[in-house]
Amino acid sequence: MRFLKFFARRLLHSIFVLLGLSVLVFLIARVMPGDPARMALGPRVPEEIVEKYREDLHLNKPIYVQYYYWLIGAIRGDFGMSLFTKRNVADDIREFFPATLELILFTGIVMSTFGIMLGVIAARYANKWPDNVVRVISYMGVCTPAFVFAILFLLLFGYILNLLPTIGRLSPWLDRPPVVTGFITIDSLIAGNLVAFFDGLKHLIMPGLALALGPMAQEARITRSSMTENLQRDFIALERSQAIPERRIMTKYLMRISIIPTVSVLGLDFASQLGWAFLVELIFNWPGLSRYGINVMMRKDLNAIVAVIMVIGLLFLIVNIIVDIVVAGLDPRIRLGAERSK
Amino acid sequence: MGKTKTADLSRRWEKVKKSWYKFSKNPLSIIGATIILIIVCLAIFAPFAAPYPEHAGSFVNFDEASMPPNLKHPFGTDVFGRDIMSRIFFGFRFSITMGVVVITLAAPVGITLGLIAGYMKGTWVDTVIMRLTDIFVAVPPLVLALAVCSILTPSVFNAMMAVTLMWWPWYCRMVYGIASSIKNEFFVQAAEVTGAGKLHIIFREILPNCYGPIFTKISLDMGWVILIGSALSFVGLGAQPPTPDLGTMVADGGKYMPDQWWIAIFPAIAIMFIVFGFNILGDGIRDMLEVEEV
Repeated sequence: MRFLKFFARRLLHSIFVLLGLSVLVFLIARVMPGDPARMALGPRVPEEIVEKYREDLHLNKPIYVQYYYWLIGAIRGDFGMSLFTKRNVADDIREFFPATLELILFTGIVMSTFGIMLGVIAARYANKWPDNVVRVISYMGVCTPAFVFAILFLLLFGYILNLLPTIGRLSPWLDRPPVVTGFITIDSLIAGNLVAFFDGLKHLIMPGLALALGPMAQEARITRSSMTENLQRDFIALERSQAIPERRIMTKYLMRISIIPTVSVLGLDFASQLGWAFLVELIFNWPGLSRYGINVMMRKDLNAIVAVIMVIGLLFLIVNIIVDIVVAGLDPRIRLGAERSK
Repeated sequence: MGKTKTADLSRRWEKVKKSWYKFSKNPLSIIGATIILIIVCLAIFAPFAAPYPEHAGSFVNFDEASMPPNLKHPFGTDVFGRDIMSRIFFGFRFSITMGVVVITLAAPVGITLGLIAGYMKGTWVDTVIMRLTDIFVAVPPLVLALAVCSILTPSVFNAMMAVTLMWWPWYCRMVYGIASSIKNEFFVQAAEVTGAGKLHIIFREILPNCYGPIFTKISLDMGWVILIGSALSFVGLGAQPPTPDLGTMVADGGKYMPDQWWIAIFPAIAIMFIVFGFNILGDGIRDMLEVEEV
């Protein structure tokens, strides 16, 4: 019951934030200098056609009326036409979103596993050489932007060692497995096509690592400091006094509460990598939502820009709700329904 | 009155000396401070420090184009024959300016709103301000900054404004957390009882208790803002060529990648260097001011 209440509150809050975000983005898109109708049709179209276009899309009405029409459309999943692809924006997003989601999920798996692992190692050997190695890796990770990692990997793995494919999701000589989830790796497994699976996985490695290394470093640092802090707590001493094996204390009792701050940050990082994906997808020519986002931004394709930001906002909110639930599950002391510390 | 003031001053001086002692005992903070000092000096004195200051603009010399690192050009030259080291020094100018402008605009706004919302926790003012920040932080700052920049004409000024617009909510949230928890402390209540005004309580009683986290965050954020700025330039929405900017240089160099690696790699290392400096400086300040987590 308490869980349901908590969930409902979060959901309500998320809907409010999404609405607010749509107002904000709509305002940003409409304060732009220039005439959206003229930009959509180009300079050579006669004025009466432009006027008709304005009339059809309600562009000659006050901004709150325009927003109203936009919102009605958006709720039905209609974000208007894209000037860039000349298709419905919703169709574009449906096509490109799975690629980005696959990349981001891969990134999330890599950064959480290795980040927590490195943090545990650093805490276990605090102030010894493994700790120092992890510290150096952390600093490197935190201060290197994802696009620099991307370029370094391109040079190292792509060209010098020639180990990994440099662009796209799948090698051109392979047929794309039938679309079920939109994830190449999962689709190829469903189709039983192992060659395509490994090829897809290989394509994921470089962009995924480029995105994962920065946040991974941060997770490692947070896990380490939280673990070393909790190691001083009384309950650890109590468990040791009861001769519970050290390994079990570490994994079962210490880990569980120590990764709570890590998980909180993980959610934020996971979502903020969607921003860096804009650059990384561009570099690796990854046919995802973020590359689409950059392309439509370069062409001032307003309908598409607004839609891309709304989708990212939605994903961000979903991730936040999941994180809240996971944290609450890890720590029984956090009352569901009580607000998370800001 | 005069006496208490001197005593107050000397106590403050003691505090500064103690903090400095702690700061100077940490080798990492000293390294960070040195790096930042060097970069700031290079940025300010770029016309004198750079070996070829004229290469900062649209200089062309095809005789020396695409030279790998050598004695004359320690970081090599780009496809137009411009010295990369000189351009990096000038690129520091943009990065540092970006960080300083964004933080000096975003931090005061965010801090003030956070203090007000925190002090008036539970009222409609709190609700309005904090729900507004919720909206701004619902999308990664880079995405919204990219969107704003793309809708406006790309330029250095617009890039700075776009990042500023995305940055204040983070200060607001942090200060809100601190302010709303110390508004119930005795010293705030004492000030209220003696009839102090709201402005006095917010800026003289609560704000000084937020200095530690604020300064730590400013130092760490300088690195972040510079990263975001270089990302904007990387996709062509920040500084416009021929202005030397580290992000733009990495993007341009990326086109000549495996063969002429130095064109992209040295500016990339320069970005890492700057951000690394601000990060360890921030960690040093955090330890010095005994801030828990920012």
